[in-house]
Amino acid sequence: MLLISCPNCGSRDETEFHYGGQAHVPYPENPSGLNDREWAEFLFYRDNTKGIFAERWLHSTGCRQWFNMLRDTVSYDIQSIYPMGAPRPDKAAAAPESGTASTAADSTTTGSAAPSIAATSITSTSTAPSTAPSTTQSGTTAPEGATK
Amino acid sequence: MANTTALTGINGLRDIRRSPASHLAEALETGSVPGKVVLKEGPFQTMAGVRVDPSSEEGARIASVTSGLPVRCGEVAGREGVSVLWLGPSEFLVVAPEEAHDSLGGDLIGSLTSALGDAPGQVVDLSANRTTYELSGPRARAVLEKGCALDLHPRKFKPGTALTTEVGNIPVTLWKTGEESFRLFPRASFADFLGRWLLDAMREYASPEVP
Repeated sequence: MLLISCPNCGSRDETEFHYGGQAHVPYPENPSGLNDREWAEFLFYRDNTKGIFAERWLHSTGCRQWFNMLRDTVSYDIQSIYPMGAPRPDKAAAAPESGTASTAADSTTTGSAAPSIAATSITSTSTAPSTAPSTTQSGTTAPEGATK
Repeated sequence: MANTTALTGINGLRDIRRSPASHLAEALETGSVPGKVVLKEGPFQTMAGVRVDPSSEEGARIASVTSGLPVRCGEVAGREGVSVLWLGPSEFLVVAPEEAHDSLGGDLIGSLTSALGDAPGQVVDLSANRTTYELSGPRARAVLEKGCALDLHPRKFKPGTALTTEVGNIPVTLWKTGEESFRLFPRASFADFLGRWLLDAMREYASPEVP
């Protein structure tokens, strides 16, 4: 059982959450301009990462809010939890603070079981700090999932 | 099928309605262990689901009706007779006694609706959506701990806190109303299951304690 630290509610059991698939797959800016292959890739093609993976989660039996999570798909270690719309904290060096702001104050009020989950610590001692040019901002036309 | 023509207004309807756990009333009575843990259904409370941005102008208007909105998870705001439970950052559950409902002479739903006005958000009468179980007694926490993963120890879970979580694997809003009393709000369709689950969890306290 994973213990997931919801940004609003604090640490809760995994069974209260629903998985929402890969995060940071932007809707194409010009959907009608895509050919069938590109559209299918946007819809269905997702990364199958071994290691740190950015994914969406929904706290469906709690506050019913979505959030993003960086999780290691091998060790299940939760590296970071950050709000929807925020850039991925281990890649976008531009705004790491907005990524970490989520789990702070609220978690004290809840009856959370474990004292601390790894979520508050962002291991931005990242593996590849300078892979910047490929995935800078969501402003680029090609969606991350489409070009794979 | 009831003969509706014989019913005189709303009070006639009140006589024939049944609460979601009414069929368990006898079992709740016999399953309760006075002095240790007591389970009752407290049906027909007036409940309203409110979705509004609490920082907005309409949020302030709603807050003036309910005497405040809870700010964070677990908080319960409100005044005598009206409680507002935090369900999400912009989602609240207003709980009041049955008499507060508009059909019985109250004005809770109407005043919430008019406070929201045309602003973005919603006020929905959810009185029939959930029922209420009242679990109390010195063993109440031990009963809940059999199926709730939250830390229910009094140092963490204080009276006047309401959390939406899972009890017995079903979604429930758990409200600690006193040192040894809890209210559980399951959806109506889960009332039977949760009632029987709680009775099962309470059964051991009817027997003398094994040292």
